Amino acid sequence: MIPYAFDYTRPESVEEALDLLDDDAKLLAGGHSLVPALKLRLSAPGRLIDIARIPSLKGIREENGEIVIGAGTTHAEIMKSDLLKQHLPMFAEGAALIGDPMVRHKGTIGGSLAHADPSADWPAMVIAADGEVVLRGRNGSRSVAAADFFIGFYSTALEEGEIITEIRLPVPAEGTRMNYQKFAQPASRFAIVGCAVVRHPDGSVRVAFTGVSDAPFRDTGVEEALSGQQLTDDVIEAAAAKAAEGVSLNSDHFASEEYRQHLARVYCKRALNAVA
Amino acid sequence: MSNKYIGQSVKRLEDKRFITGKGRYTDDIKLPGMTYASFVRSPYAHARVNRIDTSAAKDMPGVVAIFTGDDIASAGIVGVPTGWQVNFRNGDTMKEPPHPLLVPTGSTVKHIGDPVAVIIADSREAAFDASEAVEVDWEELPAVVSAYKATQEGAPQVHPDAPGNLAFDWEIGNPIDEVNEAIEQSAHVTTLEFVNQRLVPNAIEPRAYIGHYDEVSDKYTLYTSTQNPHLIRLLMCAFVLGIPEHKVRVLGPDVGGGFGSKIYHYTEEALVTWASKQIRRPIKWTETRSEAFMLDAHGRDHITKAEMGFDAEGNIKALRIKTYANLGAYLSTFAPAVPTYLHGTLLQGLYTTPKIHLDLYGVFTHTVAVDAYRGAGRPEATYLLERMLDLAALEMGKNPVQLRKQNFIPSFDGVEQPGYQTQVALQYDSGNYHGVLDRAVEMLGYDEFRQMQQEANQNGKLLGVGFSTYIEACGIAPSAVVGALGARAGLYESAQVRVQPTGKVSVFTGAHSHGQGHVTTFAQVVADKLGIAMEDIDIIHGDSDAVAFGMGTYGSRSLAVGGSAIVKSIDKVLEKGAKIAAHKLECSVDDLEYAEGKWTVKGTDKSISFGDVALTAYVPHVYPQGLEPGLDFSSFYDPANFTYPFGCHIAIVEVDKETGRVKLKRFIAVDDVGNVINPMIVDGQIHGGLAQGIGQALLEEAIYDENGQLTNGSYMDYAMPRADDLPSFELDRQVTPCPHNPLGVKGAGEAGCIGSTPAVVNAVIDALWSGGHKVKDIRMPLTSERVWRAMQEQNTQILHS
Ligand SMILES: Cc1cc2nc3c(=O)[nH]c(=O)nc-3n(C[C@H](O)[C@H](O)[C@H](O)COP(=O)(O)OP(=O)(O)OC[C@H]3O[C@@H](n4cnc5c(N)ncnc54)[C@H](O)[C@@H]3O)c2cc1C
Repeated sequence: MIPYAFDYTRPESVEEALDLLDDDAKLLAGGHSLVPALKLRLSAPGRLIDIARIPSLKGIREENGEIVIGAGTTHAEIMKSDLLKQHLPMFAEGAALIGDPMVRHKGTIGGSLAHADPSADWPAMVIAADGEVVLRGRNGSRSVAAADFFIGFYSTALEEGEIITEIRLPVPAEGTRMNYQKFAQPASRFAIVGCAVVRHPDGSVRVAFTGVSDAPFRDTGVEEALSGQQLTDDVIEAAAAKAAEGVSLNSDHFASEEYRQHLARVYCKRALNAVA
Repeated sequence: MSNKYIGQSVKRLEDKRFITGKGRYTDDIKLPGMTYASFVRSPYAHARVNRIDTSAAKDMPGVVAIFTGDDIASAGIVGVPTGWQVNFRNGDTMKEPPHPLLVPTGSTVKHIGDPVAVIIADSREAAFDASEAVEVDWEELPAVVSAYKATQEGAPQVHPDAPGNLAFDWEIGNPIDEVNEAIEQSAHVTTLEFVNQRLVPNAIEPRAYIGHYDEVSDKYTLYTSTQNPHLIRLLMCAFVLGIPEHKVRVLGPDVGGGFGSKIYHYTEEALVTWASKQIRRPIKWTETRSEAFMLDAHGRDHITKAEMGFDAEGNIKALRIKTYANLGAYLSTFAPAVPTYLHGTLLQGLYTTPKIHLDLYGVFTHTVAVDAYRGAGRPEATYLLERMLDLAALEMGKNPVQLRKQNFIPSFDGVEQPGYQTQVALQYDSGNYHGVLDRAVEMLGYDEFRQMQQEANQNGKLLGVGFSTYIEACGIAPSAVVGALGARAGLYESAQVRVQPTGKVSVFTGAHSHGQGHVTTFAQVVADKLGIAMEDIDIIHGDSDAVAFGMGTYGSRSLAVGGSAIVKSIDKVLEKGAKIAAHKLECSVDDLEYAEGKWTVKGTDKSISFGDVALTAYVPHVYPQGLEPGLDFSSFYDPANFTYPFGCHIAIVEVDKETGRVKLKRFIAVDDVGNVINPMIVDGQIHGGLAQGIGQALLEEAIYDENGQLTNGSYMDYAMPRADDLPSFELDRQVTPCPHNPLGVKGAGEAGCIGSTPAVVNAVIDALWSGGHKVKDIRMPLTSERVWRAMQEQNTQILHS
């Protein structure tokens, strides 16, 4: 299909973008979620503000014990980052599971978090790695823990007039192990179930899911079942059996609620086995 | 003659153009003064159109004209026709309700996307915007989407004059009493109820049309993404618009795939042609991908119950089938032929089954039309037979390879041994069925596999093997035969071979290439037959003004029928050329032999080249008396029989015990498509076909909800096979030449798609049985959840929804 008419601007800086960002405008990053919505006429902004080339939104760096990923960094850049391979290998490996090469070279982590597709991959990883999403508005910046950022179906803590500028992730202690397991939807290749697990050297484990419910979530039920335990087969089995308990489950023609929950358990077990 | 090209994997001449983005598709063509069309389409599967208000839309910027169904009706246009007539078993003509170009007010729309108005504007964007401003008062009515449910009492009616939603009921085979008796007397009966699900063809190029009426010449030109330009011209002129054919030129430029979906004459083609005269400007319509999902004729959609009876030794004694075939809301161009003559007639398969009966219901539903999609009827027949064979083997504890072999029709070449007469009307041309099966099984390593399967099982893994053998009827078709069966057209092909004065050759064929590589394959044939270089040959197709006539490309017919027509014309060229050569060389025609592009007086070094003879034909100074100048011949070739390619496919899968996910590990295909002109192109056709057939088994399905909404009409939801879903295919070939056409070719376009689907499903069932889950069937596509559930429930039959 073809979109409604819109204006297009490409500001040079975040400040300039913020100035332009009124309620008739939409930010355009990789365009791999927004453009399909425009073409189907599901979204009808009067103006697109193209932030894909703003230099300050790009790149991955280490800063004060944190890894900082610019919101405009593409999935492919994350996949190839030596810094991430060293400190947060799950991110480099997880990026490779997103879409196809074209999607990975255009789509951005900031766009993915802002869009908050309930089946997107990044949210689970960012939550499990205890990340913070940095938002900037005309009146300054604020930081939201990833676990609080996702509110529901395509909805986030992002307020009108705000831009995600970066994602901050604590540099994990030596000996931390992490893994992301994804059961891909055969058509879109988004996650029917995605499970991210980070196991710290002190034995604590953070578990997060995407695809399972209307928003990604941290699974404290599984975490508690693991608390203070060695990751033996029995412990993993018992903890994984608690996966996605008490959440509202998504359902579609690839996976019913019942099957999704079953997959959440299986993929949780697989992710835990990988960090055991 | 020479042997330089035939049998060689010559690289495709057209690929450079395509790969570098230089193809010229209908949507690439821009004519001066062009306008753009957008349709107002029904959001409901079934609704009465009470009122259409176009007043706001008319005032939108850029709008040139708006037409509604009432405008079309008052122009006296009834709708698009059907090209094949099937009769009820009591002899009554099938129900053929009108298929209007736009549904008029007071009438009902019958599937989502059924159009009620068209906006024509200066730009595509303006047409889109204005189409949203058209207000329609819809009165939603109950809909039915399942062919079985549509035949039940109280089901919503699609057409008032088709009671019970039956377009026809039909049967083929032996008398039903004899079949019933044979089933009753069988030692073992394998019974299966299953769904052969509805598929979306998904050509990479959506349909696109440009209608252009030129006042000066009083001629129409239609550019169309079609598989058969002449057929479109015939149908549109004679049956829809009533314009004389010589006033219409139909062009099928580069076309990005069809898989059957671009055979048919669609309403939009006629509409842009007609409307361009009303507004005196060219009109382009390019389908969106969403429309392609919704509107391009779908494929398959059968609900079947089959019973196969065996004696105690495992010999097939009888086959009894009842099938409900969904035809959609309107009868598309060849729709009636697909479940009947392209399906019922293939139920003999490769087996000597003595008693066969098919009881078939062609049913209207509130869905888009179902018509021929790659394989068309033959995949449905093959799926049925091959699922039954593997299941029977499991049930009887027999080896599925042996069970097939003991029931195979013995080999025959169709020359020394006669063709094989089936119980279902056809006569097979030539076949060596044991050969393909033996070779495929050798590639598999049967015993080694069974051992691996056992070991895998001990390690907690599920491995399975599935077999499938198939036969198909291609080279469509002998005109007299299909005429007797209800075709409203002949199915011959035409070809003109025009030798230019310099000896270069232009070949005009009625076949149409939309991905098959005709430009290369046909040039290989012509080059060898004439003993000249491929570079000196041009293959011209897709233009009704340039090519005398044509029936187009589908049913794996192009080389078998179109290629044969070319050979006929070449024979005529060589016959006349010999007369000219004999005159120049001062000898008799009988003294000449033709090889490597020249005529030589036998036993001498006196010769004259093809080029010199061509020049003489056009500059006939020294020339045989009474012979016409020129070297240019046309032929029509009407085949003596169908051709019957066959083969054996084997799939090996691993099933994830925890999730039900199926991983295709190996796929072996040994196909016999007769003689092969270009092995690379044939392999490519097989590869593509396999991907489609495997896609049906594991991934694809068009899903309507019970209100008739297509719930997965996008690539986000409709799963197509991708490279990483497929293993590296293991191919081999056997060659049993077709005895009745000059090239000995059978056709390779559909084979991959026909044999592969049941092999994959059989492999999954085999894997499950090896793990103790005695499941008879899992509904296609075999999504992970369905396989997982089958393992949970341990049940014997997962019924269709
Ligand atoms: C074929 C295909 C397959 C895909 N497969 C996957 C997959 O497997 N897994 C997966 O996770 N994703 C997948 N995606 C989605 C892909 O990763 C998208 O690129 C991503 O979700 C959105 O990022 P973007 O940069 O393209 O954002 P855009 O499409 O440009 O924008 C998306 C939304 O975010 C807003 N936005 C963008 N940047 C910012 C910002 N910095 N601050 C605030 N708001 C912003 C936009 O205004 C818009 O509303 C797929 C997409 C396609 C087309």
